[in-house]
Amino acid sequence: MSNTPTTLFDKVWDAHVVRKIEDGPDVFFIDRHFIHEVTSPVAFLGLETRGIKVMVPEHTFATADHNTPTINQHLPVEDPLSANQLKALEQNSAKYGISHWGLGNPKNGIVHVVGPENGITLPGMTIVCGDSHTSTHGAFGAIAFGIGTSEVEMVLSSQCIMQPKPLKMRINVKGTLGKAVTPKDVTLYIISKLTTAGATGYFVEYAGDVFEKMSMEGRMTVCNMSIEMGARGGMIAPDETTFSYINGRELAPKGEAWNKAIAYWKTLKTDADAEFDVEYNFDAADIEPMITYGTNPGMGMGISKSIPKGADLKGGTATYEKSLKYMGFHEDEQMIGKKVDFVFIGSCTNGRIEDFRAFASIIKGRKKADHVTAWVVPGSHIVEAQIKEEGILDILTEAGFLLRQPGCSACLAMNDDKIPAGKYAVSTSNRNFEGRQGPGSRTLLASPLVAAAAAVTGYVTDPRDLM
Amino acid sequence: MAYDKFNVLTSTAVPLPIENVDTDQIIPARFLKATKREGFGDNLFRDWRYNTDDTPQQAFILNNPIYTGKILVGGTNFGSGSSREHAAWAIYDYGFRCVVSSFFADIFKNNAINMGILPVQVSPEFLEKIFAAIEANPNTQFEVSLPQQTIVILSSGEKQTFNINGYKKNNLLNGFDDIDYLQAMKSDIVSFAATHAI
Repeated sequence: MSNTPTTLFDKVWDAHVVRKIEDGPDVFFIDRHFIHEVTSPVAFLGLETRGIKVMVPEHTFATADHNTPTINQHLPVEDPLSANQLKALEQNSAKYGISHWGLGNPKNGIVHVVGPENGITLPGMTIVCGDSHTSTHGAFGAIAFGIGTSEVEMVLSSQCIMQPKPLKMRINVKGTLGKAVTPKDVTLYIISKLTTAGATGYFVEYAGDVFEKMSMEGRMTVCNMSIEMGARGGMIAPDETTFSYINGRELAPKGEAWNKAIAYWKTLKTDADAEFDVEYNFDAADIEPMITYGTNPGMGMGISKSIPKGADLKGGTATYEKSLKYMGFHEDEQMIGKKVDFVFIGSCTNGRIEDFRAFASIIKGRKKADHVTAWVVPGSHIVEAQIKEEGILDILTEAGFLLRQPGCSACLAMNDDKIPAGKYAVSTSNRNFEGRQGPGSRTLLASPLVAAAAAVTGYVTDPRDLM
Repeated sequence: MAYDKFNVLTSTAVPLPIENVDTDQIIPARFLKATKREGFGDNLFRDWRYNTDDTPQQAFILNNPIYTGKILVGGTNFGSGSSREHAAWAIYDYGFRCVVSSFFADIFKNNAINMGILPVQVSPEFLEKIFAAIEANPNTQFEVSLPQQTIVILSSGEKQTFNINGYKKNNLLNGFDDIDYLQAMKSDIVSFAATHAI
């Protein structure tokens, strides 16, 4: 053991390097691999063509989520192409001995929700999936990131991928968060400061008392959005909050294995004096409930502010103007008071129980605005069950909301949950790209509290006014 | 699978001077439903390329016959967003073999190389020169040399070098891929896995 102070990221990364290639990537060992229906079929096709088997089937987990309907899941999937992808996932999983949580399975849900809630995601692991929001799992002190389909094939066939080691960034947020400021606001604030490419080439560690005090659900929301500033992933050192979340989950270590695991997990932190390639410091008091006004997640602002002037920003004004034109907004306008047509709560960013508790806290005793269409989509069946157990379903029903069935839904609109062209959606998801939620859709990213405030008033509303 | 070898590409280029071109623009999610790799080129830049009634959007660059070639030139932060390799497949399937930008999103860059598309990162100033050269003459030829790691604007002779690691360069030059490499070192991986705690 060398005495050089090292970072959490170095500790986990270095423990997984099978071989260092000179002037090339590291051959990087993967502990857990999640697959879903959209980015895996071609990888399995590749295995077939090459005549290779899956190396460690029990370390890959399949769930159907991107392409699944969020109503009437007991009926056959209508879209033949979607049905075909779902069937391919089921057949490939069966053929290679991979556990598969398909539609109707009580463990089914969004991959980045079901991994943690079933105890698959653990500290110190390397975790990949053909989905950029795999960064979510970094909340547990894991190195987790999204990969392409060629890499899915690599993991299936060799449990390794080829990765150059990213640079290291630490983002410290210290202080106390204000009223109605949630983990989603923290991440939208950070991305608005760093821009959508500000962390490209880096792996981020989030540190400071704001994250130490944050729940696991909140940490997952923050790590989830790391990719939206270009980072490969983000991670938070595991602590008692992490351990108590994991303890007792179905696939988590038990008995002696648990004690051994905890002892190891406690070593997973950045040493004092360890160096990062770049470091940012933010003050929690500067963060207010956030909302985006443009067509990338870096175009966010405090909800009480006005849309920035293009001339005040870095980067090309032509792209900025194109973005505002798409949104139908103008420089220097207020966002508060803008009419909202759709509200979406759900996704791998904000589809966990804490998000629905927050949503319910605002809508309780109020009614959904008549002109708003609301899609309330739990991240998994386990979250759905919690919503029912905790009485949140009653609050939703009373306020005029329908609880749908789990899936990625309107976050990327692969299924029928599409926002129509020109309509405005306040969405708790992660991307506001042009057409992301349906061709021509206009997305305002925000927290579950801001989404709830929009759902009951029908306009962009500061949730602090309703609390 | 191993794709076409890449050595020296001489071609005209298609300019897309937009920043932050994200993967949802390159290939919208609703077109990701295939279980094969081929055919995504038809929907490359779908929502910029076609109107809602599926008629071509005349103002979009791919619908302008003046601009052709195997090189796509994009604004900074090209390929941000999702990990969908379909974005690289769509670009390849359409006929591009090289994408030039002043900055690439990480996962896209990886996916492109794995597909046999060469991502060439140039300085913002050189990118402007490329856009200006195409604007002045859409038939401007560019030479992208992987062995030399250079891109040259042939009309003016202006040249810039680009980075690529030696391992990936060798793969592209020879049509090798990572899976071949990993299969060849399988016994090392098996030994590693046996001693690896998790």
